[in-house]
Amino acid sequence: MNIFKRTQKKHINYDKWGYIFLIPFFVGFLLFQFYPLFQTLRFSFFNYFEDQETFKTVGPTWCGWDNFSYLFGHSTTRHFYFFTLDLGKVKINDLLYYTINTILIWIEGFIPQIAVSLFLAVLFTDFRLNMKFQRFWKTVIYMPNLIMAAAIGMLFQMIFARSGPVINTLVDWGWLNEPFDIGTSTSWTHIVIAFLNFLMWFGNTTLLLMSGVMGIDESIYESAMLDGASSGVVFRKITMPLLKPIFVYVLITSMIGGIQLFDIAQIFTQTTGGSQASSYTLMMYLYSLISSKQNYGQAGALSFLMFIVTAALSMTVYQTTHPRVNVEKEQAKSYRKRMAEYANCPDTIAEKARNDKSQGALAQEGVR
Amino acid sequence: MATVALPVRETTSYRVQLNVRRGLAYGFLILLAFLCIFPLYTLVINMTRSHSNITSTGFAWWFGTNLSENWTKCFSDSHLPVGSALRNSFIVSLCCSVLTCYFSCLTAYAFQVYHFKGKNVLFTFIMLIMMIPTQVSALGFVQMMRDWHLNNTLWPLILPSICSPVVFFYMKQYMESILPFELIEAGRVDGCSEIGIFHKIVLPIMAPAIAVQFIFSFVGTWNNYLIPALLIDKDEYKTLPLIIAAVKASDPSSFDLGKVYCLVGISIIPLVLVYLGFSRFIIKGMTAGAVKG
Repeated sequence: MNIFKRTQKKHINYDKWGYIFLIPFFVGFLLFQFYPLFQTLRFSFFNYFEDQETFKTVGPTWCGWDNFSYLFGHSTTRHFYFFTLDLGKVKINDLLYYTINTILIWIEGFIPQIAVSLFLAVLFTDFRLNMKFQRFWKTVIYMPNLIMAAAIGMLFQMIFARSGPVINTLVDWGWLNEPFDIGTSTSWTHIVIAFLNFLMWFGNTTLLLMSGVMGIDESIYESAMLDGASSGVVFRKITMPLLKPIFVYVLITSMIGGIQLFDIAQIFTQTTGGSQASSYTLMMYLYSLISSKQNYGQAGALSFLMFIVTAALSMTVYQTTHPRVNVEKEQAKSYRKRMAEYANCPDTIAEKARNDKSQGALAQEGVR
Repeated sequence: MATVALPVRETTSYRVQLNVRRGLAYGFLILLAFLCIFPLYTLVINMTRSHSNITSTGFAWWFGTNLSENWTKCFSDSHLPVGSALRNSFIVSLCCSVLTCYFSCLTAYAFQVYHFKGKNVLFTFIMLIMMIPTQVSALGFVQMMRDWHLNNTLWPLILPSICSPVVFFYMKQYMESILPFELIEAGRVDGCSEIGIFHKIVLPIMAPAIAVQFIFSFVGTWNNYLIPALLIDKDEYKTLPLIIAAVKASDPSSFDLGKVYCLVGISIIPLVLVYLGFSRFIIKGMTAGAVKG
C-alpha cells in the first residue's frame, strides 16, 4: 500500500536545491560585503577615532552630520601650477581638491585610452586593411592589464627617478639642461600616473570595443561600401552609433575604476601624492583616514559619499546592459506617436492610411 | 569578403593609398607594443645589473652579470620578508581562485537549473551590486576583522572571494550557452544526487570557463594591494605588493636598485609567463565575458 502511494507522486520537487546552492554565495555576501557596508555607512554618523596621543579608542558616539561637515569644511592652502606656470595660492577644500585630482588624472588617462582603443578596434576589424599578426598585437597590448599595479608604480618610479634612466637619457640627448625630478612638478606627476593608467587599460578597452565592432552585422558594412561610403563615413555613421551601448559601458566602468585609483598613485608618489599633493586621490585619502589618522567616522563619511557616486554609476551600467526592460514601453510610445501623426496630417493622407491598412494591421506594425 | 568585387576601387592609386595606410597602422602598433614591452625589458635587464652600474649608465641594452647576487640580496634582507611574501601571495591567490570559481559555478548552477520563488529578484540584485567596488565597504570590513581578531592572518584575504558577482555573471553566461538541461535530467534518471550532478557533470563541462576565471582571479588577488595594506602589518603575513610598497622605506644604507628591480621582477614575471602561455584563452575569455553590444 505504501509503495503504491509513492508511485502516485507525479514528480520530485528539486527546486529547493536552488536555495541550498545559493546559501554560500549569499552568506558570503551578507557577511563580507553587506554587513561591512552597513557598518561603514553607520560609522559615518558616529564620533569614532583612535586618539593619537593616548592610544585609546574614542567612541563610537552619535554625532549626526559632524563627520560630513568636517569633510566639506576642512580647507588647506594649495599652490597651483600648470607645468612651470605659477597659478598662485588658493585656499581650497581638501575633499574638493582630492576629487579634482582624481578626476583630472582620470580624464588625462581616459581620453588617450578611448581614442587609441577606438582607433585600434577599427584597425583590427577593417577587412580592407587586413592587419596581420593580430593575436600577437592583442597579446602584447593586453599584457600590462595583468601586471601588478603596485609593481608598475614602483618600476616607473625608478625609471623616472631624478637620476633614473629616462632623465639621464634626455640629458644626454640635450633635451633637458639638468636632471629634473618629476615629483616636483604637479603636472608631470599627473601625466605619468595617467599614462600608466592608460598603459594598463587601453588593451582591455580595445578588446571590448573590438568585440562590439565584430558584433555588428557584416552586411551593413558591405552595403555601405557598395554605396560608396568612405572609411570615415562608415565609422561615423555606422560603427559609432551601433557601438554606443558598449561605449557607454566602457565609459562608466572606467569612471568607477577611476574613482578607485590607488595603487599606482600611492606607490609612484610614495604615499605623499607628489608636490602640493596634486596627485593625491580620493582612495588615498580614504586609506590615510583609516590607517594613519585612524578616524573611522570621517573615513565612513568619505566611504558614504563614494558609495553614492559608485552606486549611481552602477545603476547606469545596469541600465545600459539591460535595456530590454523598456522595449515594450518604447514600442507603445512609437505606436502612439504614429497614430498622432496620422491624426494630425491632412485628410487625404489619413484617408489613404486608413484605406491601406486596417486598424489591426497598423496596430500590429506599431507593436512590431 | 572576396565576393564583394569593387572594380572601381581596385585601381593603382587606391592600392597605394591602402598600403600607405597599412604602413602607418603597423607603425602605430609597433610604437604601442614598444610602450608595453620596453618597461618589462628594462626590468629584466636591470634585474641582472649591479646598483652602481644602474645608477651610472641608465638604460642598458644587454644583460649584466649580477643576477644571482641581486637574487640573494633580495631574499636575504631581514627587513623584507620576500620569501614568506611570495608564499603568502601564492597561498592567498590559489585559495581565492579555487573558492571564487567553485562558488560562482555553484551559484550560477542554482540560477540556471532551478526555478524558485524570488529568483529574478535575487538575480537583478546581484546584477545591481556587481559594479559597486568593495573599497567603499573596506572600513567596515577592516573593523569587523579586527573585532574578530582576524587581522594579521590570511583569512580575511581569502574568505570574501566566496561571493564574487562578476565571476558569477561570467559563469552564468557560459552555462546558458553550453549546458543542456537534458544532461541534468539524465543524471537524475540515473540516480545521481543533485550535488553529485553538479560535481560530476557540470563542473567538468564548465572546465574552460573555470580555467579562464581561475587565471583572472589568481591575477587579481596576486595584484591586490589595498585590502592587505589595511589589514596586515606583521611581516610574516605580508603579501608581495606590501613588500614592494615598503621597499623604499626600508633601511637606506642597504638600498640597492638591483635588489628592488629583482623584487619587482619576482612579482611580475611569473604571471607574465603564465599569461604568455595561455594568452589565447585569456583574451578570448576576456571578451566573452563582456557585455553584448
